[in-house]
Amino acid sequence: MSTTQAPPTQRASLPLSAPRLPSWGPALVAVVAFAASGLLAMLLGWGIVPFAALTAVLFVVALPVWSAVVEGRRGAVDRLTTSLVWTSFVLAVVPLVWLMWTVVSNGLPAINAQFLTFDMRNVIGDDQGGIYHAIIGTLLITLAAAVISVPIGIFCAIYLVEYGKGTRLARWITFLVDVMTGIPSIVAGLFALALFVLIFGPQIRLGFGGSVALSLLMIPVVVRSTEEMLRLVPDDLREASYALGVPKWRTITKVVLPTSLGGIITGVMLAVARVIGETAPLLVIAGRTDSVNFNLFSERMTTLPVYIYYSFTQPGTVPFDAPPGTEAPGIERAWGAALVLIVIVMALNLIARLLGRIFAVKKG
Amino acid sequence: MAKSIDVSDLDIYYGDFLAVQGVNMTIKARSVTAFIGPSGCGKSTVLRSLNRMHEVIPGARVEGKIMVDGQSLYDPSIDPVAVRRQIGMVFQRPNPFPTMSIYDNVLAGNRLNAKRMKKAEQDSIVEKSLRGANLWNEVKDRLNKPGMGLSGGQQQRLCIARAIAVEPQVLLMDEPCSALDPISTSAIEDLIHELKSEFTIVIVTHNMQQAARVSDDTGFFNLKAAGQPGQLVEMNATKKMFSNPDNEATEAYISGRFG
Repeated sequence: MSTTQAPPTQRASLPLSAPRLPSWGPALVAVVAFAASGLLAMLLGWGIVPFAALTAVLFVVALPVWSAVVEGRRGAVDRLTTSLVWTSFVLAVVPLVWLMWTVVSNGLPAINAQFLTFDMRNVIGDDQGGIYHAIIGTLLITLAAAVISVPIGIFCAIYLVEYGKGTRLARWITFLVDVMTGIPSIVAGLFALALFVLIFGPQIRLGFGGSVALSLLMIPVVVRSTEEMLRLVPDDLREASYALGVPKWRTITKVVLPTSLGGIITGVMLAVARVIGETAPLLVIAGRTDSVNFNLFSERMTTLPVYIYYSFTQPGTVPFDAPPGTEAPGIERAWGAALVLIVIVMALNLIARLLGRIFAVKKG
Repeated sequence: MAKSIDVSDLDIYYGDFLAVQGVNMTIKARSVTAFIGPSGCGKSTVLRSLNRMHEVIPGARVEGKIMVDGQSLYDPSIDPVAVRRQIGMVFQRPNPFPTMSIYDNVLAGNRLNAKRMKKAEQDSIVEKSLRGANLWNEVKDRLNKPGMGLSGGQQQRLCIARAIAVEPQVLLMDEPCSALDPISTSAIEDLIHELKSEFTIVIVTHNMQQAARVSDDTGFFNLKAAGQPGQLVEMNATKKMFSNPDNEATEAYISGRFG
């Protein structure tokens, strides 16, 4: 590798220049590692996984060695760390891309207008059914959960940051919120079930119960994120407001909350995205139905995760005259519903980012 | 409209820590009083206790008397919010509200207190306050831009405009020029001279020349000894303080022989 530039003939008195690998060096090493392990893989008949692993190992070893020869020790350590960070990044992204690809490729064929606008009432065999009832159920239950937990969470965070700083009660609340973060979702579902059974009797199943269970999971997330955002508001602003003769509650509502609004909205939306995919608690308390139900306070409601679960565990039977290899109709519906769920979550995240940007503090 | 302030036997605590002890002074109406002294000797603490901003810090409390217009500020019947409406404050670092425009920042004191005003009245308050703070000509064409977009000196004058827009009796300034360049500083000093006719002004400064230039009276604060609480060493007319102070420590500090 004699591709490095010739050292400058006239050295400056200060040794500020040092030999460097060319800018295309890492790319070259990557190509060489790829080709070498590809050759080996072809000769020995390896699969894709050992091939990729060998490529990564070759790259991580070869680049620092080359760098150690040309650039010295510090450069070599830098190259090694950079390669390791990139390798970890790729390792983290691969499952994500794989998952997205699987869901999209399996789910896309299921999606059509009827799939999105029909329910599953009286759908037998491979009749075209739909997930309209599950979309409605998911949106209503999650919305109700947000309506319950957002005010509680934000007020709780305001107490912790603005009023209860350092008091024993605040320390207890913080501790309990941390404990709440760790509650398994099925326990939240069983709690909601027990609560409503206690009030309405053992046969009760209702969508609102699901909202109560989800809000138990949502509140700690909202409290934590809002608390962080409120702490970021500088005390200077609070003092500026007090010095104008503004009472504390107005300072909070007119100065502190608007300043941190963007971050609070982002936190709330992330909390929503976290609970919208919950299955277990809804399985227990909201039950399952094939019909559209707009009433949160009576009868069972299906949500997308529950729908996916049932479609997958009870996919129906393959028609006897179908070509061999055909999957049961429930499987395709499950993939389609999974894709719709992912799209909803992604849309919520995008909305959160957009709102966060709109309400962010503007400068200049 | 401006009021004088009488302070007697003032002790100020942060929790159990006695920060300032035994301050007695009279701050004259319609004049500028400067507090000077080394860092950490309690100048800002005394200033903040004058409009009950001191107690915003958890655990902080005050003993002694501060009389404004015949009323004791620390009487249980006194509403601290009402005190702060009468005694405004400008801070060391400019702190305009980041969510508000220049226009809204000036009106913040009125808006945040939900005072209902006609648009014309609001416009006139904004113009009057910004003219008062020597900022009107620089920002009159961009009143709806965010206040954070101004330069540091402009932001500080915006904060002064915001403080005078609620028409307080007294204006407290905690090192208002320490983060500013000489030109902005001189603009604010000119402003202090003009505001003197309407407000009682108390200013904390580390800049001895500034105290000499703007103030009528000067108070020198110092620690009694290392680890001891701060105290008011001497308070006199500025001319006397800077030419022939009564106290040796004052002379040492002012002439730079402070060790």
